[in-house]
Amino acid sequence: MNAPLIGNYPDATGHFGPYGGRYVGETLIAALTDLEAAWREAQDDPGFMSEFRAMLKHYAARPTPLDFAARLSDHIGGARIYLKREDCAHTGAHKINNVVGQGLLARRMGKRNVIAETGAGQHGVATATIAARLGMSCKVFMGAEDVRRQAPNVLRMRLLGAEVVPVTSGTSTLKDAMNEALRYWVAEVEHTFYIIGTVSGPHPYPAMVRDLQRVIGDEARRQMLEQVGRLPDLLVACVGGGSNAMGLFYPFLDDPCAMLGAEAAGEGLDTPHHAASISGGSPGALHGAMTYLLQNDEGQIHEAWSISAGLDYPGVGPEHALLHDLGRVQYQGVTDREAVEAFQLLCRFEGIIPALESSHALAAAIREAGKRPKTDAILVCLSGRGDKDLEHITAYMKANP
Amino acid sequence: MNRIDLTFAKLAAANRKALVAYLTAGDPDFDTSLAILRTACASGVDVVELGVPFSDPTCDGPVIQAASERALRAGMSLSRSLRLAAALRETVETPIVLFSYYNPLFKYGLARIAEEAASAGVDGMLVVDLPPEEAGPLADALAGRSIHLIRLAAPTTRPDRIRMLADGAGGFLYLISRTGVTGTGGLDYDEVARHAALVKSLCPHPVCIGFGISHGNDAHALAPLADGIIVGSALVRLIADAPSGTDLPERVAAKIRELRDGMDASPVS
Repeated sequence: MNAPLIGNYPDATGHFGPYGGRYVGETLIAALTDLEAAWREAQDDPGFMSEFRAMLKHYAARPTPLDFAARLSDHIGGARIYLKREDCAHTGAHKINNVVGQGLLARRMGKRNVIAETGAGQHGVATATIAARLGMSCKVFMGAEDVRRQAPNVLRMRLLGAEVVPVTSGTSTLKDAMNEALRYWVAEVEHTFYIIGTVSGPHPYPAMVRDLQRVIGDEARRQMLEQVGRLPDLLVACVGGGSNAMGLFYPFLDDPCAMLGAEAAGEGLDTPHHAASISGGSPGALHGAMTYLLQNDEGQIHEAWSISAGLDYPGVGPEHALLHDLGRVQYQGVTDREAVEAFQLLCRFEGIIPALESSHALAAAIREAGKRPKTDAILVCLSGRGDKDLEHITAYMKANP
Repeated sequence: MNRIDLTFAKLAAANRKALVAYLTAGDPDFDTSLAILRTACASGVDVVELGVPFSDPTCDGPVIQAASERALRAGMSLSRSLRLAAALRETVETPIVLFSYYNPLFKYGLARIAEEAASAGVDGMLVVDLPPEEAGPLADALAGRSIHLIRLAAPTTRPDRIRMLADGAGGFLYLISRTGVTGTGGLDYDEVARHAALVKSLCPHPVCIGFGISHGNDAHALAPLADGIIVGSALVRLIADAPSGTDLPERVAAKIRELRDGMDASPVS
């Protein structure tokens, strides 16, 4: 293996090789510099970190289980599939890990107002949750189209006391919600903490969110060694922005484990309807970071497309861009149809209803398991539960029998 | 000599302030946009900022967002923005600053954009989401050409950083008057004056103030604080609000005259 990857990225200026950085207007530079300093201090403060860990344990219900999917593995007939059960965490997805950390950091920095962007609503719900718990005011920016499609999560956020701000600019989806959150932040930057939901955005967000999400991989690594007696041969996670994937992969980067990121291929990578920024995009700068983007030849951003609202984003975290270029992680597309098939298999063989996002990871894992011997172990991040998707998936199955 | 430097030298000699006008390239379409730009240059604009439309303009308010969308719908792109600049350059000597987000430039290729912008007669580039820390590759591509990379300073920018920005600035320094996106009003003149005085004291280059300047009275109040003022949304709004068939170039020119009159009525500092 080459030089270690853990602890080596980003560099002092927030770059992951040619990716990452800080592509923002000058007004936000001071806030990002302050955030970077506050995060560094908090990480070195044992009091802060022990409060973070205690809150993950008692509030977010960690550690989440490592669960052997015996019947699914037997059905596939290949490698053994292990599930890291992030669906068991409070609010039903890994998103809670990040917001607990950023919420505590916001409080430490004396900010009483938090804002967030959301697509499917999972990060919005998580942010509304932590804001309620810490007694902060919360605004969630959400594309008007997503407000309509994700009504249950809008209701959850409102119950939790958050204000949901529908965004009607551009394509009225997640990228526009992030545009609007950035616009609001630049106006209210003195008193507002922006809780970004994934390993994207300007430095220090990609590294900070990774460090808050690495609890997934740290736990899973320990659990594999304790319960299975060995490290997995392959790790699989879905990649939209890529926070659950970075969280799972990061602690294993210097181990001899293969890694696979499942991108949303929508109706297929050969169609315009997908959200696979690495497999079907090219480098560029958006929302503060240099990374892979879906864009045309003149640098205009394409709308992303996926059955899964949580993967429906035309960019990806910059560390994934680097890991792709280094060949450390393979990124593959998973179509809507494959994801729905995997969703159904997990429901029927394991009694677990996965999120559509996580179903992309499952589909990629199932594909790989079939090619590998029964002695291999595959670790899949089951990043969230699928209750939110029931209406959507029922409609899909009716339309695509 | 670079046309921006020449313009500010002439203005300083005449004890006058610069009126910098932002317009989105190709808004509402290529031909109308060119006619508006030509008329603007003939009506008292000292520097043109030609905005390259972008799908995700995170630093802009609703007025310029909508202009970007209109221009993109009309088929505008970076390559056509350069053609527009070249067409404008055929008839005017006014400095042209290409105003863009970084992604269109990066995707186009930095060496290519530097070469084509130079041959189109562009005198400066202002990239709103490209702080100096990330600007090395573009600065390298522009090296040896007569194109300034314009820097921005914000109300949140602290003195040590203002010094750093000013040291490497070319052409003029764009001072953002207030936090927030373009086109939001409600300027606190005293607040702007305090920050402008600090920036002026630290910057050896001309300083122009932009964001939120809509009317002659804003121009009157702010022009004395710096070397010029920048107006964008107030002009772009006229294009958005125009009933079809109206004489857009004349409407924009009337606004420019209002601002120019406001500036020239100022007691010159």
